[in-house]
Amino acid sequence: MPSNKSVSDAPITQFRNCRILRDHGLQWEDLWVRQGRILNPEKLFFDEKGAADVKVNCHGRIIAPGFIDVQINGGFGVDFSQETDNVKEGISLVARNILSHGVTSFCPTLVTSPTSLYHKVLPQITVNDGGPQGAGVLGVHLEGPYISSEKKGAHPEHCLRSYSERGFSEVMDTYGTLDGVSIVTLAPEMGRSKDVIEELVQHGICVSLGHSIANLSQAENAVNHGASFITHLFNAMLPFHHRDPGIVGLLTRDRIPDGKTVYYGMIADGIHTNPAALRIAHRAHPNGLILVTDAITAMGLGPGKHTLGQQEILIDGLNAYVVGTHTLAGSIATMDMCVRHFHEATGCTVEEALEAASLHPAQLLGIQNRKGTLDFGADADFVVLDDNLNVKSTYIAGEAVWMNSASS
Amino acid sequence: MRLVILDDYSLASEWAAKYICNRIIQFNPGPDKYFTLGLPTGSTPLDCYKKLIEYHKNGDLSFKYVKTFNMDEYVGLPRDHPESYHSYMWNNFFKHIDIDPNNAHILDGNAEDLQAECDEFERKIKEAGGIELFVGGIGPDGHIAFNEPGSSLVSRTRLKTLAMDTILANAKYFDGDLSKVPTMALTVGVGTVMDAKEVMILITGAHKAFALYKAIEEGVNHMWTVSAFQQHPRTIFVCDEDATLELRVKTVKYFKGLMHVHNKLVEPLHSMKKN
Repeated sequence: MPSNKSVSDAPITQFRNCRILRDHGLQWEDLWVRQGRILNPEKLFFDEKGAADVKVNCHGRIIAPGFIDVQINGGFGVDFSQETDNVKEGISLVARNILSHGVTSFCPTLVTSPTSLYHKVLPQITVNDGGPQGAGVLGVHLEGPYISSEKKGAHPEHCLRSYSERGFSEVMDTYGTLDGVSIVTLAPEMGRSKDVIEELVQHGICVSLGHSIANLSQAENAVNHGASFITHLFNAMLPFHHRDPGIVGLLTRDRIPDGKTVYYGMIADGIHTNPAALRIAHRAHPNGLILVTDAITAMGLGPGKHTLGQQEILIDGLNAYVVGTHTLAGSIATMDMCVRHFHEATGCTVEEALEAASLHPAQLLGIQNRKGTLDFGADADFVVLDDNLNVKSTYIAGEAVWMNSASS
Repeated sequence: MRLVILDDYSLASEWAAKYICNRIIQFNPGPDKYFTLGLPTGSTPLDCYKKLIEYHKNGDLSFKYVKTFNMDEYVGLPRDHPESYHSYMWNNFFKHIDIDPNNAHILDGNAEDLQAECDEFERKIKEAGGIELFVGGIGPDGHIAFNEPGSSLVSRTRLKTLAMDTILANAKYFDGDLSKVPTMALTVGVGTVMDAKEVMILITGAHKAFALYKAIEEGVNHMWTVSAFQQHPRTIFVCDEDATLELRVKTVKYFKGLMHVHNKLVEPLHSMKKN
């Protein structure tokens, strides 16, 4: 049965014998794709009298929307925050390699850096859709430099800046451009935060709170002025205190607009966040949880010693230490590992674990009508997983971009 | 007339599915010889569809050379509304089988000219060589398709206004809100179904018992439109025990005594598998 050529010449693929994640549940449904988008087969049947040109047997596996990583600093030997002329090359390498971990789009993240780096690197990064060459770039996540020196974490202190004097013009002068930027992490206790947050939001940028000593009311103010995300919850912020819960308190907030969801990133690698803390956050606010890898250069490198920039790093299991110390050099977990760990550690449903890596980040970025979902009309970016949530294959725009060679 | 009585809904559904399966296979359909099947919607045929899908998935039954004609569709309800009969047929049957979309015919309740749509439907049935097997269900008031009480027993496909009983019964599918229930439908006529070579009517549940009694133990009467099939040369009523509650003991005993004969129609279950 050929598809109806009066509507489109493009071939139609029907993924059958699978459970697809739709409407927050795994359903025994076929997934239909045409021209890189998910097709409504009922419309095809009745309106176009069309049928599938290709049928793919998925052997009962799970199909979920492709994973979206909104915080990733590098990996596979690449550090995005390097002042070089071949930023594109580094991003392409990471983009290609994360396909095997189910990631179909991501936000390359730049940590606090000198102004010259922003001016050099930002114009080199372009938003793109992804394909066989690698995962798509949704936009850059700028983590800093407008953060608190008290909660700077691994960010270089001499590069921290403040906009409390000059406000938004200081921000523009530092970054040089906001084209291709999708998230900015800042510390909302800084003076003139209201103006800066409002300006950023007006530019279509998602403002995230992090590396901050803000108390709850400062955090609520930031949200009321447009902030919508919390960068790696619990890490680099005041610890939860019952008389001032700080930024963490936003999870059960009541003084922010109705219907507004505050999302929060979690590094669910089993190292950076204790499973109990993960469970607390998940149970308090399951719909806002976004899994992030916060991965560094060493992600994807084998065990043993590696020289990364000025540092020597020892990879031992999921730990990456600065050689000769017990200092964690950052996260080296991959997104699929985080999904599995989150599922096991919290006892959440498979659906919740998968949505935390797909639907929620898409909602954060306001792109849930085309990414992070398998609804009709959305981009056909998806992962095929076994019941233990191991990635078996990855698709972008309906095309297989990675396949586990060991799987049938 | 045949009256096939099974213990319960599930067995009645399976019997009906086996019968349909065997009829299609024995017909030996092919590119030049399509099997034409009339189909109902509603809750009664659900399990029968499930069984047919099972036979298809097992490779025993293909609908590649089957043309289907549905009995009816609401007027004015968007085609993709979850309660439209298009949605019903897609979700409960078509999406699971290998039927060619060009061969699945359902009346368009949103057509500009509704009577022209009905006439065209009749023409398509005729063009397909008439219906080989029309499967139907009935309402508690004995209506077949949307041929409400008082419908002409020689009626053809046309626009019908629904009876209050039917609207009330349908309200449960529309959030219990009467104002949302469509009040009109396009439906094949009693005469359209009568023209089929064979008619199989599924009747299950105690709430349909009085209708079954009216269908087979009383006379032909346009107030119980299903009773028209007393005059059809090949009609099979498939029912469960509950639906027989209003029948005479002797009617039930007589037909139950014939089950060994009726069961020969479904045993063995044929398969299209070549082995």
